[in-house]
Amino acid sequence: MKTNEVPQDKRDFKEGDKIHKLMYAVDNDGKYTGITSAGWEAENIATKQAWDAVDEELAETADKVKRGELSPIAYYMQKSLMEVPLLAQYVGKWQWQVKRHFKPSVFNKLSADVLAKYAAVFNISVDELKSFGK
Amino acid sequence: MSTSLYKHYQHAHCESGVTANLLRHEGIHISEPMAFGIGAGIFFAHLPFVKVSGTPGTTFRTWPGAIFKRTTQRLGIEMHTERFRSPERANQALDNVIATGKPVGMLSSVYYLPYLPEAFRFHFNAHNLVVYGKENGQYLVSDPILEDVATIAPEDLAKARFAKGTPEPRGFMYYVKSVPQHIDYTKAIQAGIKQTCFFMLSPPLPWFGNKAVFLLAKQIKKYPQKLTPRKASLYLGNVVRMQEEIGTGGAGFRFLYAAFLQEAGQMLERDDLQEFSAELTKIGDDWRNFAYHAARLMKDRKSDLVSFDQLSDLLRVCGEKERDLFGRMQKIKW
Repeated sequence: MKTNEVPQDKRDFKEGDKIHKLMYAVDNDGKYTGITSAGWEAENIATKQAWDAVDEELAETADKVKRGELSPIAYYMQKSLMEVPLLAQYVGKWQWQVKRHFKPSVFNKLSADVLAKYAAVFNISVDELKSFGK
Repeated sequence: MSTSLYKHYQHAHCESGVTANLLRHEGIHISEPMAFGIGAGIFFAHLPFVKVSGTPGTTFRTWPGAIFKRTTQRLGIEMHTERFRSPERANQALDNVIATGKPVGMLSSVYYLPYLPEAFRFHFNAHNLVVYGKENGQYLVSDPILEDVATIAPEDLAKARFAKGTPEPRGFMYYVKSVPQHIDYTKAIQAGIKQTCFFMLSPPLPWFGNKAVFLLAKQIKKYPQKLTPRKASLYLGNVVRMQEEIGTGGAGFRFLYAAFLQEAGQMLERDDLQEFSAELTKIGDDWRNFAYHAARLMKDRKSDLVSFDQLSDLLRVCGEKERDLFGRMQKIKW
């Protein structure tokens, strides 16, 4: 890649335009030099697509919580970009326990302690956790 | 309490960038490509059965921590490395070191670094950064992928240093203890190139090194039959992200490594290394071409402008050219 071919396609989502990263390219004499880039369309499409997938799945889960099929823990886990194994590690539970807490009937009976643990991991208040979807 | 003498330089990649920045602070004028090449950073692996957020894992670089370790060892630099049990102890130890004026490198999770844009914050636990001081209760951060320095609150840094998942950073931090009087770059460069060729060509398993490029090419061919269009697009997207998103310097570290070969060629006065560099630059362009066409396929999921077959062929060409290049590099007479 030549220095004048380094793309400058702005990333216009999720504050992505705040970063100009360093790329390596060759000048007219074939000498390598560092040059900053605002982004590249090919890579922006890939990144945007990954975030869109996250948002789509999150919206589906939000609906399920509102319909009473899943507990708010499932929603906030996805919102924090986590999966069951990682969340289980953060709250210090087994994976099957976390999966059980996805059931609204089980969630409603969780102790204040356990709810506080989840809320802390999601960086929200216990009230926000309990009231989501209601 | 800040090491006012510390100078921040922006780099493409976090690990080779932190290594270069820490060494420069000690008066060793080493570039990022040099640190990357001596540390044998370039690699390829594709693990269809290891799913990272639902997509198969692909990497264009060696495993985290290896570049830093190999580079400092090969240059004969003595480093202090330490892990911690509690965030309190980790912050205390950090405060003690920066009070002496030493910049400190450490591992962190990008998800917990508020100064990064949301677009790049996911649970990746092997991001390297430098803390070079503390002012008004905030740590001064030199993150090599950023143009400028940043600040972070101690609570946030503690979260980032004690993130869970794989690998767990457990507060891992490192700083330069002592630097030798004389550094033998020739030996270090040779060792780095030899190791790179070995890792690219020798693994007998299909998932690692050059062989994995062909594996990925084969897999991509099968995507239309095996996957829904949405999944196929996400799988492809992940390869493009690993290749081009933050921190590779372009073409999945190929340009960064070509820059190393060029600099090494000048330093050791070897034309063959310069030629290898020019060749790898062209191969890097081929990788970019692959990413470009993959992105077009993603954008219009039914497009038949480039089919998965053609995409697979583009990739196989990259694999063949690299096999040839690293094969000849392995036979260099030093």
